[in-house]
Amino acid sequence: MYDFDYQRPSSMPEVKKALATSTDAMPLAGGQTLIPTLKQRLRKPAVLVDLQGLRGFNEVQSVGDKIVIGAMATHATVAASPILRKRLPALAALAGGIGDPHVRNRGTIGGSIANADPAADYPAAVVALNADVVTDRRTVTGDAFFKGLFETSLEQGELITSVHVKLPEKAAYAKFPNPASRFALVGVFVAKFKDGVRVAVTGAGPTVFRVKTMEEALAKSFAAAALDGIAVPASGLNSDLHAAADYRAHLIGVMAKRAVAACS
Amino acid sequence: MPTVSLTVNGKAANATVEGRTLLVQVLRETLKLTGTHVGCDTSQCGACVVHVDGKPVKSCTVLALQADGCAVTSIEGLSQGADLHPMQQAFRDCHGLQCGFCTPGMIMTAVDIAKRHPEADEATIRRELEGNLCRCTGYANIVKAVQTGAAAMRQG
Repeated sequence: MYDFDYQRPSSMPEVKKALATSTDAMPLAGGQTLIPTLKQRLRKPAVLVDLQGLRGFNEVQSVGDKIVIGAMATHATVAASPILRKRLPALAALAGGIGDPHVRNRGTIGGSIANADPAADYPAAVVALNADVVTDRRTVTGDAFFKGLFETSLEQGELITSVHVKLPEKAAYAKFPNPASRFALVGVFVAKFKDGVRVAVTGAGPTVFRVKTMEEALAKSFAAAALDGIAVPASGLNSDLHAAADYRAHLIGVMAKRAVAACS
Repeated sequence: MPTVSLTVNGKAANATVEGRTLLVQVLRETLKLTGTHVGCDTSQCGACVVHVDGKPVKSCTVLALQADGCAVTSIEGLSQGADLHPMQQAFRDCHGLQCGFCTPGMIMTAVDIAKRHPEADEATIRRELEGNLCRCTGYANIVKAVQTGAAAMRQG
């Protein structure tokens, strides 16, 4: 790992100031991706601005008809949240299936979605729930947030502060985990709202995407059988040593059916 | 260079570090607490697990400065003098190790499992051990050790 200047400011203005000191300044949330990335010398920040000194960004709260999750809430916090376990257990279960217990104690929802790993779990939930990603500058809808492989609509120095989730009538997440890393080989989040169904897929492509054909079929009949015969094309999907594109395409159908069957 | 202040196994410890210094490096190289092992150094194997403010983390994936001001418990902090912690004793009694390299991390994780799931069944233990790899045992005796240790912690 190349060395860097470490800073831990205790307020948002100080964080912004620290991030503005260098074009090579990077925010550090839980570090469960960033630190391994630094070890591999894939990044070389001059300044690392640790966000853990900020107070009030790590809670899960009910606000009106939404659930607000602070960007620094760890996966363990989200998994154990009584509010989510009662009102949106699919999201608590998703968080409880990320990595392993140690990673869940450090990794955060803000860090995960800002990183936009193609195999991360949270992007499927953010898109299927069309959650609002709130930053220090604006609000971005789930549909508009993810742009591509490790690419989001965040600008240089822009920080996610919270994720606002609208509650669906029913939701479930089903993933086929890579047996070593627990990342999603394919993960499908299905959310049924009063005005429609949303199906978001992670792990299969360069970034999370929706499957409109499945959404339309499920809007007519919300049952696993409604997905019979709907194939997702393999073109453009990821092929690597873990799975070929056509296998991932097949898994999308399998995981989508499991998610619908598990919807509560 | 920055300094980091920790409470390690109940004692205050200060070290001069670089930004990039990992928590495990301070434990092993500065404080000479070599019970915490570095196995994979890629956040997967769990040999480096210690507790930071009571929560198990992979100390190869935490910067020393991130832990500034925190209480750290390593494997050396579990026993009371010559008396092994009940979980250490259980690993010994159940032969929950062969080469022993993964054992410090296994035991630190096991103590946390027992705290959060005092009555953990086999499936829960196996799921909770997903972040700790053992390449010798096949896990059968490790799972037994965690169950035995958890039972001893309940009584203790």
